[in-house]
Amino acid sequence: MATVLKTEIQAPARETKWVGTRPIRPDGVDKVTGRAKFGADLILPGMLVGKVLRSPHPHAKIKSIDISKAAALPGVKAIVTRDDFQDLPSEFVPAGEMMVNYRDIVRNVMAREKVLYEGHPVAALAATSAQIAKQALKLIEVEYEVLPHVIDVLEAMKDDAPLLHDDLFTAGVEPAPSKPSNIAKRVEFAIGDIAAGFAEADLVIERTFDTKAVHQGYIEPHACVASFSEDGQAELWCSTQGHYIVRGHCAKMLGMDISELRVTASEIGGGFGGKTVVYLEPLALALSRKSNRPVKMVMSREEVFRATGPTSGANVRVKIGATRDGRITAAEGELKYQAGAFQGGPIQPGCMAAFAPYDLANVKVVGFDVVTNRPKVAAYRAPGAPISEFAVESVIDELAKKIGIDPIDFRLKNAAKEGTRTAYGPKLGPVGLIETLKRIKASEHYHAPLKPNQGRGIASGFWFNIGGETSVSINVNEDGTVTLMAGTPDIGGSRASSCLMAAEALGIDYDKVRPIIADTSSLGYTFLTGGSRATFSNGVAANEAAQQVIKEMCARAAKIWEIPADAVRWEDGMAKPAGANAGDFEPLSFAEIAKMAGKTGGPIAGHAHLNAQGAAPSFGTHLVDLEVDKETGRVTILRYTVAQDAGRAVHPAYVEGQYQGGAVQGIGWALNEEYIYGPDGRLQNPGFLDYRMPVASDVPMIDTVIVEVANPRHPFGVRGVGETPIVPPMAAIANAIEQATGIRFTELPMSPPKVLKAIEANGPG
Amino acid sequence: MAKTYVSTTINGEPTEFLCETQQTMLDVLRDVIGLTGSKEGCASGDCGACSVLLDGRLVCACLVLGAEAEGHAIETIEGMAKADELHPLQRKFLEHAALQCGVCTPGFLIAAKALLEKHPDPSETEVRYWLAGNLCRCTGYDKIVRAVLDAATEMRGS
Repeated sequence: MATVLKTEIQAPARETKWVGTRPIRPDGVDKVTGRAKFGADLILPGMLVGKVLRSPHPHAKIKSIDISKAAALPGVKAIVTRDDFQDLPSEFVPAGEMMVNYRDIVRNVMAREKVLYEGHPVAALAATSAQIAKQALKLIEVEYEVLPHVIDVLEAMKDDAPLLHDDLFTAGVEPAPSKPSNIAKRVEFAIGDIAAGFAEADLVIERTFDTKAVHQGYIEPHACVASFSEDGQAELWCSTQGHYIVRGHCAKMLGMDISELRVTASEIGGGFGGKTVVYLEPLALALSRKSNRPVKMVMSREEVFRATGPTSGANVRVKIGATRDGRITAAEGELKYQAGAFQGGPIQPGCMAAFAPYDLANVKVVGFDVVTNRPKVAAYRAPGAPISEFAVESVIDELAKKIGIDPIDFRLKNAAKEGTRTAYGPKLGPVGLIETLKRIKASEHYHAPLKPNQGRGIASGFWFNIGGETSVSINVNEDGTVTLMAGTPDIGGSRASSCLMAAEALGIDYDKVRPIIADTSSLGYTFLTGGSRATFSNGVAANEAAQQVIKEMCARAAKIWEIPADAVRWEDGMAKPAGANAGDFEPLSFAEIAKMAGKTGGPIAGHAHLNAQGAAPSFGTHLVDLEVDKETGRVTILRYTVAQDAGRAVHPAYVEGQYQGGAVQGIGWALNEEYIYGPDGRLQNPGFLDYRMPVASDVPMIDTVIVEVANPRHPFGVRGVGETPIVPPMAAIANAIEQATGIRFTELPMSPPKVLKAIEANGPG
Repeated sequence: MAKTYVSTTINGEPTEFLCETQQTMLDVLRDVIGLTGSKEGCASGDCGACSVLLDGRLVCACLVLGAEAEGHAIETIEGMAKADELHPLQRKFLEHAALQCGVCTPGFLIAAKALLEKHPDPSETEVRYWLAGNLCRCTGYDKIVRAVLDAATEMRGS
């Protein structure tokens, strides 16, 4: 089972002292001793316990809600329902890589006219103990008029499907439809002429794929503590990927000025996109305002499954044509993604990413965003891309095999590279897809022998990566140490990477830089941790803040030496006299200037507030060996290698961690994970026992190859690495199972019952 | 309903508490005693984030009633480091970057400690099966398994 971890790093873009090293993370000790405070770990004096009453029906009108009996129960301090939240007009705002609509946020947080999925909140209350709160929930009387429901995406698109929203008209079609439907939006991306392209092809393969909704599966359930004071100011503590986003949504829902709400991000126990939206936070604030007491709310695992996340299940048709010598001539895709109860699934990025690993002249991708009676989907690691690229990479594999070309060579012939025009518009800058393919092809793994019933699969993947609004402050302390303030919750080591980049830019030691994730009132607006943006954007901002510090340090040295400021240069973390004054004075260190700051002009600090530009995509290629047990249908992953372009790996251990974690999440998506609904529209597996995520004994070591094709638009070459690793695994595994069994699987998950059924249907062989 | 009086030992300290009969040991640790290092990920014994040692035996605190701790010794993540020195497992988790978000980490450390006390020289497969009751969604387990194997090597040497 064991294989050796190979970390091969190409020559760095520039000489660095700190960037590219693997120090202990600054928040590490707190996280191995139990000190770190996560969402549910804050205890305030007089704190109440808040709980949510949720709909048992997938689709129903709410005729009435009677809270009188619950309100009369001793210990119940506040109850909120739809009547406690103002309706908000339809207005789209960005959240993570998706857009959300305030009209829908209000309705998702608390049902208004109808409940739209099992688990949809209909009331919330706060009581002096969890016991009383649970007892009180049972006393709330809700009268429903149950409506027909629809769970499946294809069913939901039919003309006679039950309608979730009678005011939803498909956007993006001409002429605009006169009848409402469950199809919220049609999108299309195209270049070239696919009809001409397919005419040039010697071989065309068209297949339809089906994927199930899967949950982000963070181990920490959603949790928050809200505390309102009598003057209308409030504090909120919560587990989130973006506390500034939470602040904006909550202030809007509660009718507050943004300055009246201070949000502190707790440590966050995983997010993967699922903690970019609000669920409990507005409820806890409303309950705290009503009760004048702090209110803590924590979801159960069952609530997490029934009412948060997941990502879309989908139906995807892909058609690709190629010439006999292995050149792709045309590619077409039709994607139908579940959005859940409200519009806004990841259909757009799914379409844009579908064929992004290829340099193609003729592409057409059409996508549909479809509402169903399921929880509203949330972003999940490279939202949309794993679904569409699973389909595309499966067809690519089949084409390569039919043409008789090695699947890596087929990809190399068609790979996206610098100058490739994408179907969604821009031309690519320097990218590392070809390097990842070459590194996989050259690996010992790719050439190792396989045994009977074993197969080897390969797939590539793409994600855009983003920058965005970012604030960073660097405060120089009196002894020359530094406090770095960032606004991006640290989910996987971004404090460490941000400190490494700040130390590099300032020319001081990494352990002299201590980070904090500032609350919303202490640091300016910062977009969330998502889109693989935290290390990228914090690097841009930390570098700018550091340059201000250095400029000020030089000015102070000039003042001390009584020479012009431009006659001082900064080198190796020291101010040195330059030009005509070179050698006239002993260099002054960062710490020496800091100690004299009080007498030379006061505190020294740098601050950057910017919209980080220049994000660049990261491509990866995965290689997997597996064995299929033909008696049980169980697939065992034997060996796995990830090669991905990081641009620059700031802290290589956490880059490897992203590659490994994404690969294993993808293994779960490929082999076991799925939302299972009964005919009653209720989720049947809302727990970790039945929603089976990979455990340690399910997987081997995950070998990693970090490719570094520097992003020229980042001060340290960073691209962002977090999302791409979940894109290739599903196709890589399907391609390997095809090699092992001769069976092409087009449905996820490829779980033992399905694999066994297919093997039996295929007959003895 | 009257609360139950329980006398126990937590991380070597004699500890008394009052709990409701339905409260789990995890509820007691977190809400009554204030030791929030043990996490609730599922409350059904599936994720291992609340792993503690009960008289040296690995258990999920969410599956033990507070009242059952009477007369027994509980060991939690808060008791793992001695004086100001980290346990070798804690150190190795940091050195190997064996945590990303860190919420599963206390449970993994307690579970790994229980393993190494029983089997000081486990194989990779033994580590993987022993830790199969602990879910981690971030790391893919690679660096966790390496950290445990490395800590075992160091602990055998000392």
